[in-house]
Amino acid sequence: MKYLKFLLVGIFFGIVLVKSEAVSWYRIYEMFRFQSFHMYGIIGTAIASGILFLQISKRGVLKNIKGANIFVPKKEKGTFRYIIGGIFFGFGWALVGACPGPMYILLGTGVLSMIIVIAAAILGTFIYGILKDKLPH
Amino acid sequence: MEYILNPWPWYISGPLIALVMALLLYFGKTFGMSSNLRTMCSMMGAEKVASFFKFNWKEQIWNLTVVLGAIIGGFIATQYLSNDSVTNLNPTTIAELQNMGFENSGATLVPNEMYDIKVLTSPKSLLLLILGGLLVGFGTRYAGGCTSGHAITGLSSLQKPSLIAVIGFFIGGLIMANFIFPLIF
Repeated sequence: MKYLKFLLVGIFFGIVLVKSEAVSWYRIYEMFRFQSFHMYGIIGTAIASGILFLQISKRGVLKNIKGANIFVPKKEKGTFRYIIGGIFFGFGWALVGACPGPMYILLGTGVLSMIIVIAAAILGTFIYGILKDKLPH
Repeated sequence: MEYILNPWPWYISGPLIALVMALLLYFGKTFGMSSNLRTMCSMMGAEKVASFFKFNWKEQIWNLTVVLGAIIGGFIATQYLSNDSVTNLNPTTIAELQNMGFENSGATLVPNEMYDIKVLTSPKSLLLLILGGLLVGFGTRYAGGCTSGHAITGLSSLQKPSLIAVIGFFIGGLIMANFIFPLIF
């Protein structure tokens, strides 16, 4: 039962991403070709709303369910891993037209071949885990 | 009802995505979809091969539950909350894609030319999906997050590493869509 709220958040997330067309391969292509404002509008307003939410909660107005302050973990400092890892990710994102969230959602919309992409993404993560200590970060 | 069945405008969708992040933070968690890939590796015993996968994956069950919900949400949205509307793409985009061999752009969420079960018998189609998946899975862990973790959560909390990662996402995506697509399609 304690997982029900997460299931509901996931359902909501899936519905929003389908209805916003953010899971559309074509919308991702269009974004990377600068031929539409749609995806920039979505990402931009998501970040703007997110900043607003976090700025308000930082002032202690909003607490989390346990009564503690809303907390966002800090990413490790660095540059190389973010830019290089990011570029790898971007190649894949544009090619399959989906990042991890939309991969699962598209599977739910009936794109069964997405299972191949998800399996490959799990394998890619596994390869990173093996090579981690040998890669520059 | 028409408002729900038609595609939702960006200025509604963006804030609703932020709401997903806000809800997870309110529940004491964070919004990050790619972490689940690592969790799934651990569940399958990857900790025997690399210490990166050595963590208590049971603490991540909540996030796998979000994934399950997302799959259900995708199903509900297409089965019950959609009409036959076609994605309103830029005519230039449609023409360009047609030149590369993509028909009926926007009629489906993903191109049949890449994702239809029938085309998977071609080694090229299969290879592209595998390659794309590998790049997403490898890149997201190398960069320490994906669109939800870096672009939404990281940028909303004004973190510089996330800005660098998102710049990386766009460098990669721009190179792929603008320079590599004409070579492979």
